Amino acid sequence: MNDRIEKRIELKAPVSRVWRALTDHREFGEWFHVKLEGPFVAGQLSQGQITHPGYEHVRWQAVVQKIEPESLFSFTWHPYGVDPKIDYSKETPTLVEFRLEKTATGTLLLLTESGFDKVPANRRAEAFRMNDGGWTQQMKNIESHVTRRQ
Amino acid sequence: MSRVGSDLSAAKRRHHAAVFAALADETRLALVTTLSGGEPRSIAQLTGGSRMTRQAITKHLRVLECAGIVHSVRSGRESRFQFDPRPLNDLQEYLGRVSAQWDQVLSRLKTLVES
Repeated sequence: MNDRIEKRIELKAPVSRVWRALTDHREFGEWFHVKLEGPFVAGQLSQGQITHPGYEHVRWQAVVQKIEPESLFSFTWHPYGVDPKIDYSKETPTLVEFRLEKTATGTLLLLTESGFDKVPANRRAEAFRMNDGGWTQQMKNIESHVTRRQ
Repeated sequence: MSRVGSDLSAAKRRHHAAVFAALADETRLALVTTLSGGEPRSIAQLTGGSRMTRQAITKHLRVLECAGIVHSVRSGRESRFQFDPRPLNDLQEYLGRVSAQWDQVLSRLKTLVES
């Protein structure tokens, strides 16, 4: 069982064009269907409103992790709830990474969403109370497990 | 886009996380593989052929049990452990939905940059 999502997509456009579509907050909003309140800044919270039909009441929130020009753009985010009464910020976020590579015909985009295996702290203590190696070892295991399966 | 799992309850997502975490261990994966054959097995049977102690195997089985992947059933004087595929099927369905949403989003990106 894999604990991450991976996508590879060939784009017939130069890396610089794809980079702009990914990291210019207005362009990002166009294909991601979200109206963002401001530009992406590494280490900062990005907020906005989902514009996808039927989900206009849903807020977008993500924390930008890395902006490495024309190479890597990443953020962590929480699963979005349509129930405004639930505080989703307490949920463990997943990490979304977009990596770009130049190809003969344009750009290869590699998307990864990982962290589905993370357990909130309270739950983690319960689940691993009896475990010999502890959480750090678990994370190493996940890493080698995932690497081996790719 | 509607974020993945927007209609999932917080409890359900936490459960998914617990299932992933339970599987993130070589020994437990091996136990699940053995038990997924369908036949309930005793701790003695599961310990046989392994270099681990009965106590260690028991601990791993309890983690799997907490995540709902195995259930213990009494058989005479001993407990036997049985595989339950439902949590894994749920996970697969969940990841399938995440994956399908990314396909939609990325196809919109493709349209934008190639136009």
